[in-house]
Amino acid sequence: MKHLLSIADLTPTSAMSILDTAQEMSRVSASSVKKLPTLRGRTIVNLFLEDSTRTRISFEAAAKRLSADVINFSAKGSSVSKGESLKDTAQTLQAMGADAVIIRHSASGAAQWLADSEWMSGSVINAGDGTHEHPTQALLDAFTIRKHLGGGTGDLRGLQVAIVGDILHSRVARSNVQLLTLLGAQVILVAPPTLLPVGVESWPVQISYDLDAVLPIVDAVMMLRVQLERMNDFFFPNPREYSHFFGLNRDRLRTLKSGAIIMHPGPMNRGLEITADCADSARSVIVEQVTNGVSVRMAVLYLLLAGLQEEEPSVNS
Amino acid sequence: MSNYLIKGGALADGSKRDLYIADGLIVEKGSAITHPAIASAIVIDASNSLVLPGFVDLHTHLREPGREDTETVLSGSRSGAAGGFTALSAMANTSPVADTAGVVEQVFRLGQEAGLCDVFPIGAVTQGLLGKSLSEIGAMAQSAARVRVFSDDGNCVADPMVMRRALEYIKQFDGVIAQHAQDPDLTQGAQMNEGIVSSRLGLRGWPAVAEEAIIARDVLLADHVQSRIHICHLTTAGGVEIVRWAKARGIQVTAEVTPHHLLLTDDEAISYNPVYKVNPPLRTQADVMALREGLADGTIDIVSTDHAPHPTESKECEWQEAAFGMIGLETAFSIVQATMIDSGLMTWTDLVNRMSIAPAKIGKYEKQGLDLMVGSPANLTIVNPSLSWRVDRDLVKSRSRNTPFHGLELPGVVIATMFNGNVTHG
Amino acid sequence: MSVALPAADITRALMRISHEILERNSGSQSLVLLGIPTRGVHLAQRIASNIATIESATVPLGTLDITLHRDDLRMQPPRALMPTNIPSVGIDGRDVVLIDDVLFSGRTIRAALDALGEIGRPKSVQLAVLVDRGHRQLPIRPDFVGKNLPTSLTQSIKVHLMEMDGCDEVLLESQGGAS
Repeated sequence: MKHLLSIADLTPTSAMSILDTAQEMSRVSASSVKKLPTLRGRTIVNLFLEDSTRTRISFEAAAKRLSADVINFSAKGSSVSKGESLKDTAQTLQAMGADAVIIRHSASGAAQWLADSEWMSGSVINAGDGTHEHPTQALLDAFTIRKHLGGGTGDLRGLQVAIVGDILHSRVARSNVQLLTLLGAQVILVAPPTLLPVGVESWPVQISYDLDAVLPIVDAVMMLRVQLERMNDFFFPNPREYSHFFGLNRDRLRTLKSGAIIMHPGPMNRGLEITADCADSARSVIVEQVTNGVSVRMAVLYLLLAGLQEEEPSVNS
Repeated sequence: MSNYLIKGGALADGSKRDLYIADGLIVEKGSAITHPAIASAIVIDASNSLVLPGFVDLHTHLREPGREDTETVLSGSRSGAAGGFTALSAMANTSPVADTAGVVEQVFRLGQEAGLCDVFPIGAVTQGLLGKSLSEIGAMAQSAARVRVFSDDGNCVADPMVMRRALEYIKQFDGVIAQHAQDPDLTQGAQMNEGIVSSRLGLRGWPAVAEEAIIARDVLLADHVQSRIHICHLTTAGGVEIVRWAKARGIQVTAEVTPHHLLLTDDEAISYNPVYKVNPPLRTQADVMALREGLADGTIDIVSTDHAPHPTESKECEWQEAAFGMIGLETAFSIVQATMIDSGLMTWTDLVNRMSIAPAKIGKYEKQGLDLMVGSPANLTIVNPSLSWRVDRDLVKSRSRNTPFHGLELPGVVIATMFNGNVTHG
Repeated sequence: MSVALPAADITRALMRISHEILERNSGSQSLVLLGIPTRGVHLAQRIASNIATIESATVPLGTLDITLHRDDLRMQPPRALMPTNIPSVGIDGRDVVLIDDVLFSGRTIRAALDALGEIGRPKSVQLAVLVDRGHRQLPIRPDFVGKNLPTSLTQSIKVHLMEMDGCDEVLLESQGGAS
């Protein structure tokens, strides 16, 4: 595997290999000396053309724990023609000898476009492209779920996971639906019909408009961020009505089955899709997701960059 | 002016006829030409080929004035001649917009100077294509360019009252409104066909209903005011059904389909390669089949290219930043042969009708789209359906390279094109 | 291909190493055994059970994966990581015995010493190997050796263990044909 662009590129085996590697990486993160020499001499560029401090610092921490040299390249490309700048930027990074580019971009498909171009030869890691995918977020979510559920074997078969909220605009949902399904879990999407994409009926999921009916049966519930601006595009009448039907609150928290966990990819809109007492409850693994994010990203960097790159390699040796 | 003998070719109906061309006209037609000047004629070998009336494109973006870096009337004419066309219709969305007699006359004159095919300017329906107030439709109709087709293509004439008035106004000179059917509110920020593929790619969806709702509205308006409406680039099965229904009711509606919508589907977007980004978007396989069926049974009257040149940098970027459009003049014939003739859906006579006779009728282009009769202007193209060729974007005559067919092996080679008795290609 | 160590010799060598470890460290009180994956892990388990028999004491036993510290990562496709399990007593102030199957260039042990450095500060680090085949590229020597096996660089050593391979044996293979 040279790039990580989409969960669609993974097999169950390669996905498990990333999660198993992340398991070992988490031991490093927990030890007193959080530094490994593994990627010494490798140059990794954080190309963040859309703001995301959390994801950027998570990748940066992962790369630094593996001793890679990290260059942060952040630019808001709204004023310049982004097409020109992406090509020019890629060629610049190539000329500087970047071994990998971690790209965050507001345009769906930007990571794949960069990987398919001949502008640079290094690995491309998708750190979120528009409303398409965010594969490392899905991997860290799956990692978190399997730590708590499924007996730690990595086998998510039989588990039910609800993803609640703005599915239409969510790259996290698109990646998670594929990965959780790949690992054997059953995904239930819960959202108002306006926030589900046309074509969702072709996804391997169940659909529900009724959060109260879903909460008692799922093992994990993943709340998605809802942006208030959506209200202006008629996706829902107002925040109060959204929270009333699709927000996680104290009353709904009580209906979760025992052992079920609450997740959120962050940043949270406390009070809109999730109340503070739910986010901070014992069920919540939201802070742990952040920790796991570093381990998962270390695993991805290790698997993509540590070894010899063959022409058509796979994650598995 | 040279005289020519086109020898050994077959006409669309399959009959073998040689043609003798002199002074821009077809002078003699038969299996053995007897004209006394025959010895001086340049012989064009048309054996194994078909001799067809020159193709007429009712929908071409020539980009001049304004974006001469991507196409000019001259380069577009060369591209058209290479594709077998003897007439192009220059869309109004230039800079400045073709919404006055001055601009359409300029484009018309540039076409005459190029001399490679007729260039018929299309006038804007509304000033600046803004959809607010009518442009000088009468002045453009009366100008040297004799404009009969009006379109805001690129934009939809969205306001129903503006559309109604435009349809009424053009009746005085038997004009036609060519509508770009796209409800702007339903397609804000839209990137590709809304459906299964868009749901996975996370690209903003462009629903079929945004096209169909406008088509339905406009055929009803055309019926109400008894005027002519032409639907540009039909792309959906539902749109075909509406047009079929309207024709059955006797409404004066005509419709076109582009070669790319006859072949490609929204699956192409999976590559995120913006060369497949086009307005209206590529649709599903079911739509493609309905379009082919509609073109075959005459519900869709004509094939138009919607040839839309763009500079490299407008396509060498992220999908959502990229420009909409594809070039198509040089590949149109081959795509139609592949999708409609080789599949058995249409005959060569049908193809001549859809690509030459019918578009000329819609546009009122009197010297185009005529049967190859003695006395007719020698506007014709010679094609060899049994040869194939590989599309190479670096070899196109157009100034732009944004063809989605690059690298594809296509059937049907345009051997030569003749415009008013002059060889413009071959 | 020839059998350099049959099963009985392996068992005997491991028993001897177990005794030597106890002797060198005056018993098992301060010991921690760390096997290097994959076969070193099984050897460590056998030595631990030998010590349990000899001393009637349970010695802390763990595994130490050194992949992330290897200096030859770029020469091969990505390797899967093996588990590292450090016993709960930790390694600080302990006498750590690293256990591996074959000692060759010494690079694995160099990586293991680096890996240990990130986990803690042992009182001493010792090395036990089943086979020492020579050809060291670093100044590293074993403290406990099952068998010294002089080899040429064209030969390879294969260690088979019951736990993974179904039988105990050490094979000497010649790549050039002549054995």
